Amino acid sequence: MARLGDAVQMVRSKNAGPFMVTVDVFCGTDAAFQRVNAALSTAAVGRLYRVDPARVGRYELPEIRVVKFSFPRPVPQGSRGDRDMHGAQWAVLLAEAEFGDGPAEASDNLRRP
Amino acid sequence: MAGRAPARGDMATRVLVPSGVLGLGFDRQALRHAAADKPDIICIDGGSTDSGPFYLGAGVSKYSDASVRSEWKELLDAREAAGCPLVLGSAGTCGTDAMVDWMLEATRSVAEVANRRLKVAVLKSEQPVAAVREALQAGRLAPLAGAPETGIDAEDIARCTHIVALAGAEQMAAALRTGADVVIAGRATDTAAISALPLMNGEDAGAAWHGAKIGECGALCSTRPMSGVIGLEFDGSGCTVEPHADGARCTPGSVAAHMLYENADPFVLHEPGGWLDARGAAYDALDERRVRISGSRWVASDSYTVKLEGARLAGFQTTSLAILRDARYVANARRWLDRLEAFLASEIAARTGMEARDYAIEFRLIGVDAALGPLETGASDPVEVGVLAIVTAASQAAATEIARLANPFLLHFPLTDDEDLPTFAFPYSPAETERGPLYEFALNHVMRLDDPMEAFRLEVTEVGCGPPR
Repeated sequence: MARLGDAVQMVRSKNAGPFMVTVDVFCGTDAAFQRVNAALSTAAVGRLYRVDPARVGRYELPEIRVVKFSFPRPVPQGSRGDRDMHGAQWAVLLAEAEFGDGPAEASDNLRRP
Repeated sequence: MAGRAPARGDMATRVLVPSGVLGLGFDRQALRHAAADKPDIICIDGGSTDSGPFYLGAGVSKYSDASVRSEWKELLDAREAAGCPLVLGSAGTCGTDAMVDWMLEATRSVAEVANRRLKVAVLKSEQPVAAVREALQAGRLAPLAGAPETGIDAEDIARCTHIVALAGAEQMAAALRTGADVVIAGRATDTAAISALPLMNGEDAGAAWHGAKIGECGALCSTRPMSGVIGLEFDGSGCTVEPHADGARCTPGSVAAHMLYENADPFVLHEPGGWLDARGAAYDALDERRVRISGSRWVASDSYTVKLEGARLAGFQTTSLAILRDARYVANARRWLDRLEAFLASEIAARTGMEARDYAIEFRLIGVDAALGPLETGASDPVEVGVLAIVTAASQAAATEIARLANPFLLHFPLTDDEDLPTFAFPYSPAETERGPLYEFALNHVMRLDDPMEAFRLEVTEVGCGPPR
């Protein structure tokens, strides 16, 4: 198991409008893209952020070696209870998660540390 | 693969974008060089929902008056040197009518001092509550992804302090057709100001919108994001992106990556009147600084819709901050807080008669999980823990009353009943800070229009003095 953030160039997150957040995994190399894209399941990302995986959009961009996830915010930006106005620290959660090289369908290939 | 821009000479449409937003700063030398190169138009964005609902709720700008005025003067000077129109979209962060008026006044002030006469087109986007309610009743509102699943009713709309509609290229084009030197627009899509002139000139619509999206944050699509200044050249079938600061470069990767930014779907961009399909886009390096974008497709929609943004008052807030430094309290911060919360709930009920639905008091442990809350997976031993209490109630007085009630306990509450009372660190006096009104975004809808201008108001005025134009 390795920390995702150590295996890629950068993980960043930001609001995509007040109701959605989007997490971009910049893998850096083709090899890292293939490894991460194969191992990182949408379901695991949904579990990490506690979002129904059916509501997690997944976008694969091999040309720029990016895997991207977009999902609804639990609290709209700036409403009472929002902890991160720009959604920018959410990326850390994925960067610090440990992931294995099993098939993406395997439910345990992304672990909360 | 190195691409080649078709040779079109002066047929191309050249757009200068000084930075991602007015108030953020730009490389002055790069701006001077770019203006001397005589672009066809200078476009800058003035707003966004990025910083939260307060700015629309209160109808104010995020940036300082001094920053905005000094940059606006520099852009008006660049416009003079370039001899082309200058367009500001989403004036004053939120793009309300008052923010458009503020920027018109700033323009007048610059023009008078410079002894310059300017024709200004003002495009207003604010929507009367009654008009939006009528649109709801007429079935002209439709929810977007992420909107409250319960839908909205007339009462939700009535509770908004400000509602704005996002202008698109059609409204910007109407403003440009007045022949104005300066266009000051209320809320607009980030891309509308940039795409308008290329579309008027008959450039490829896919390239116009894709180039506009890449350029809307200035040099964020380059290797030197702080330098601001970007040039876009629309050549009939594509768009070439070029950063103007010394040493800044655009690469296919830096340009393509911008489609990801603050965008849920990196292949789709929804705009009034249609959407951009960027799935077929190609990003070709022309040299080590310039990238040409081509292959995107504009898909016109059957009906013309504009997005609405609305913010409503959601109470008033008062905050307090205490810092635990005592190692035993730091180690047991969560247990201490659980005990304090239970104690306060009963004390507030007993002393004020307020019920749980009348107020909210939320604590965040800074140093433990303040940013991520229940999602937090990391754990380490902090040397100290900040305890941020956020009280929300229907009035400022009620919020402050609860914060004051909590004050002595936030300062002295013990871990157990059988020990001396601790005293924690308050960083200032009074410990309570009134935050004022809390606003929340209330709309995530589009409104259908029969005529793109029916929800917008366009006025032309002359400001300044000096020789007649």
